[in-house]
Amino acid sequence: MIDYNTAVVLAGTSLLGAGAGLIGTFAVLRGRALLGDALGHAALPGVCLAFLMLGRRSLAAMLVGAWLTGVLGILVVAGLRRATRIKEDAAIGIVLSVFFGGGLALSRFIQTQAMQGSQAGLDTYIIGRAAGMLQGDLFWISAAALAALLAVIALFKEFRLVTFDTGFARVQGWPAASLDLLLMGLVSLIVVIGLPAVGAVLVAALLILPAAAARFWTERLGTMLAVAGAFGLVMGAAGTAISATVSRAPTGALIVLVGTCLFGASALFAPRRGAAARWVDHVRFRRRLREQAVWRAVYEATVNEAAVYEGTAPRRPAAPPIEPLRPIDTDELVQRTSYKSAQVQRVLRQAERTGLLTRQFDGRYLPTTAGLDRAARVTRGYRLWERFMSEQPELTGSFARLDVESADEVLSSQVVAELEAGLRALGRLPTVPGKGPSL
Amino acid sequence: MIGPSSTLPSQPKSAAETAATEKLLANVPAVLDVHNVTVAYHRKPVLWDIDLTLQGPSLVGIIGPNGAGKSTLVKAILGLVPLVSGRVTIFGRSCQKQRKLIGYVPQRESVDWDFPVNVLDVVLMGTYGSLGWFRRPRRPQREWALECLGRVGLADLAGRQIGQLSGGQQQRTFLARALAQRAEIYFMDEPMAGVDAATERVVFSLLRELRQQGKTVLVVHHDLRTVAEYFEQVVMLNMRLVAAGPTPTTFLRDNLAKTYGGRLGILDDAAEALAARERSV
Amino acid sequence: MTWPDLSAMDPAQAFWTIAVGALSNASCAVLGCYLVLRRMSLLGDAISHAILPGIVLAFLLTGQTASGPMLLGAVGIGVLTAVVTQTLHVSGNVPEDASMGVVFTSLFALGVVLIALAPSNVDLDLDCVLMGRLEEVLVREPWLGVEVPLKFPSLLAVLAATAAFVTLFWKELKIASFDPALATAMGISAAVVHYLLMGMVAAATVAAFDAVGSVLVIAMLIVPAATAHLLTDRLGWMVGWSVVVAIISAVLGYLGDILFDTGVAGMMAVGAGLQFLLAVLLAPRHGLVSKLWHRLTLSLRIVSEDLVAVLYRFEETTGETQTAGVPWNLCRRIAGGGLTAWLAAPLLWWRGEVRPVSGGRLRLTPRGRQSAQSLVRSHRLWEAFLGEHFQLPLDHLHESAERVEHFIGPKLQQRLASDLHQPGRDPHGKEIPVAKEPE
Repeated sequence: MIDYNTAVVLAGTSLLGAGAGLIGTFAVLRGRALLGDALGHAALPGVCLAFLMLGRRSLAAMLVGAWLTGVLGILVVAGLRRATRIKEDAAIGIVLSVFFGGGLALSRFIQTQAMQGSQAGLDTYIIGRAAGMLQGDLFWISAAALAALLAVIALFKEFRLVTFDTGFARVQGWPAASLDLLLMGLVSLIVVIGLPAVGAVLVAALLILPAAAARFWTERLGTMLAVAGAFGLVMGAAGTAISATVSRAPTGALIVLVGTCLFGASALFAPRRGAAARWVDHVRFRRRLREQAVWRAVYEATVNEAAVYEGTAPRRPAAPPIEPLRPIDTDELVQRTSYKSAQVQRVLRQAERTGLLTRQFDGRYLPTTAGLDRAARVTRGYRLWERFMSEQPELTGSFARLDVESADEVLSSQVVAELEAGLRALGRLPTVPGKGPSL
Repeated sequence: MIGPSSTLPSQPKSAAETAATEKLLANVPAVLDVHNVTVAYHRKPVLWDIDLTLQGPSLVGIIGPNGAGKSTLVKAILGLVPLVSGRVTIFGRSCQKQRKLIGYVPQRESVDWDFPVNVLDVVLMGTYGSLGWFRRPRRPQREWALECLGRVGLADLAGRQIGQLSGGQQQRTFLARALAQRAEIYFMDEPMAGVDAATERVVFSLLRELRQQGKTVLVVHHDLRTVAEYFEQVVMLNMRLVAAGPTPTTFLRDNLAKTYGGRLGILDDAAEALAARERSV
Repeated sequence: MTWPDLSAMDPAQAFWTIAVGALSNASCAVLGCYLVLRRMSLLGDAISHAILPGIVLAFLLTGQTASGPMLLGAVGIGVLTAVVTQTLHVSGNVPEDASMGVVFTSLFALGVVLIALAPSNVDLDLDCVLMGRLEEVLVREPWLGVEVPLKFPSLLAVLAATAAFVTLFWKELKIASFDPALATAMGISAAVVHYLLMGMVAAATVAAFDAVGSVLVIAMLIVPAATAHLLTDRLGWMVGWSVVVAIISAVLGYLGDILFDTGVAGMMAVGAGLQFLLAVLLAPRHGLVSKLWHRLTLSLRIVSEDLVAVLYRFEETTGETQTAGVPWNLCRRIAGGGLTAWLAAPLLWWRGEVRPVSGGRLRLTPRGRQSAQSLVRSHRLWEAFLGEHFQLPLDHLHESAERVEHFIGPKLQQRLASDLHQPGRDPHGKEIPVAKEPE
């Protein structure tokens, strides 16, 4: 069984992770991920100054100091961005490195003065020492996590609006600036509370990793918040558990590594947005496009539409004759579709295997009835899109999709019937059994 | 001439005729040949099956409503965005092999005006392509750059940092940079957007000068009222190629209607002017 | 803190510490210029965090950090970091800052864990990692006949490589940073330049690591470049100034250590920060103080010109040139009041353009009358120009002329007058003063 101390640490890191996951979601969506990092680094001089002024290690004082210089750092970033030609990323980097360098200098100064309790106390704030968490600390952490949770629940729709579209929020009358400030305040709270546990360099990871991982699993903000909170909790708990067994590794770093694994797994294997899923989807998509292009080319090569189309007035507004068929060779298809020969060959071989084409002794292919049917279906779908886009160009933006084979699936049957009528009049509507009678 | 490569089944020709035409065309590679190009952003097509062939020197305007893919077409031709399908050749070869013949004036929005370069530095960038890796621009390039600046009327602003210029001056700087590239075919993305009338005149006279020197210039253009005046050929886009050809026969009301759809109401001026012209023809 | 006896300082130690610091700082500063201009400051931050695990591994395997194969490995990791960050952002749709945050916190955590798991006889601890070991410049080896610190030759090599890189690829770096689309269209692949730069950044980071630690590397990548950006508008000068700032930071760092016993690296970062602050305030064109000064002098000029013009118009309306003067309060109010008006009056008196008259009134001197005439001439010519060419209603002319009159010099006056064919009156019917012949 775990001992009391470990239980305290476990509870503390789990709550911290959960709170960070919640608040981190908004921070990441708002593009403020690295601002949290700057906050963490800028907090270090504050910790040292508090120590210097008090002469001893006092968690409360050091956290207040951390908070003060952290916020000062953020204000400097904002000021630099507004008043000079320095861009935001450089401003964050400047504040981060200069403040942190100053903090390191101060901590070294304190060490060489050999002040009491200095060594361990200050290292804690650089890479964290979660194992040193006391029951009193746990109280503060719980309070912070609870505050985060309550704020998020109470102000969910306000935060969501401000995060998504600040200008709109302001126009609607929401105090966007104050809400933003509140959000940054919560971020700084989490950062400061997390400092003793994971240290200044890694505290940003608590905010970023759970939220970034959660993003892969859902499109809805509410779900994302829940998943981020859960991931944060798992990060904290698992990291602490591992650290309890492998005693030498610092807890903070292990917590972050657990988070990395969660992120990696999400990025790769999440059902729709993960890399694996998207790669499969992409391959299928390209293959489908190729097939459609090839079948269209097969139709146009095989069917002699010119027989119907003379000048501008069709002689007989009838379905174009399918007889006589002529066999098609790969080169012609390559020329018509602009795909490479190997790619076209693959489609043709697949079609041959499924009985849609038969291969002649001279290497050329002849469509079977089923094959012609497929070709006609694909060509009809394509031409319906074509006609739709030229008749209603202003609507194409909303409806057009490359991977939808036929407009039937997206447009209403009335619109489809109109399009068909138009194509038929031009003699360009392929007959497809099952799609209604032809004239 | 410019034209869509194939939209309708062509009339069957006699075998001899076909062979002769093909032999003739085979000796003269088209300036620009776009075949079956599709560009998509996350499954939503931005350009769909574009077929375009352009012969000979010409001044071409590319028009279409917002979001129609005009900028994307230029970027697709230059290889700056990936193609879902299709291919592009310039003077018969792929765009990568013909970099030295291509001049590009991108849109002005994404420039960092705080970048520590002055006007001359920017124009000199146009000579980098011909210098190749590692070589520096020296006096001949400098003089050529100053000459280009002179042609756009900015010779005395050569030392000014670019953030200190007006909008029209900035645009002329980028034009001078394009001139410095000494290309055979130029692609310009909305060069006359957001500039004053005087600068627009300068830009247009420059385009005409280029055309007279036998260059080909394709311009993404936003102002329908000036299309007939500026361009001898026009490409009308709305995700698909609606029409392409000489302006007098292509820039007509029903093509405009197909390109802009129901929004023709906003284009009353152009429509009226065209209608009047059609009546008088 | 005691004021140490500077004469007891070991000059050789001072020289070598500063030299080592200056070399590593300068390499980072030069490369940092491009990072800052391309808004990739934090990518430099990411790379310097990311190479930590690589360095630790190399140290565990070979016992030293900046060996040849290690350097190559680090370059590889640096490029890989950039690639992974880019891939996450582009393909994974993770926001750019979050993807950087994920990558560098994960790699840093990995490094921390590796350090902790290393056998305890290995001489590598977190303090070293963060702040380097500049204080231990005592150990020297002969090299080319001179006794130099261990890291000196490799740092010199890296600086030489950086200088060669930047010189050789000067124009490629310039155009790829300024206009990547054009660069790619011209055949200078912006992507290749980008990854070359990242590789160099990684190399400089590794070389600097042992001397100054990771924190300072970040500072030196960003702060000198940002400072230089404020000081100049030419790229060449920017690179030069960044090197100067880097060297001064090295000196300040050393002095800080001597005076306050804080360790050299932290004080170097602080030194750079101080120089940055100075630049923000006092840079000749872009500094806040100089911008304020410009605004003030401009405002003063405008108000004093307005004052003089008020007096002139008063004379015009009353038709007397030897008036008893205009009450000061009236002048001030019409000229736009405020603090600058109080400053303008003594300035005008000192320039000999006005004279105080008894009863708190002001009067124009002949010289003042001359300068007023010129201003009023500008005003009315502009009104005439607007009226003539733009057919604006009469009450729209005055405000524009009020603003523009201060910026119309004699040359433009002449052009306006000749364009309007030497008009005698403005649209309001007031007489346009004749230009005085230049003496």
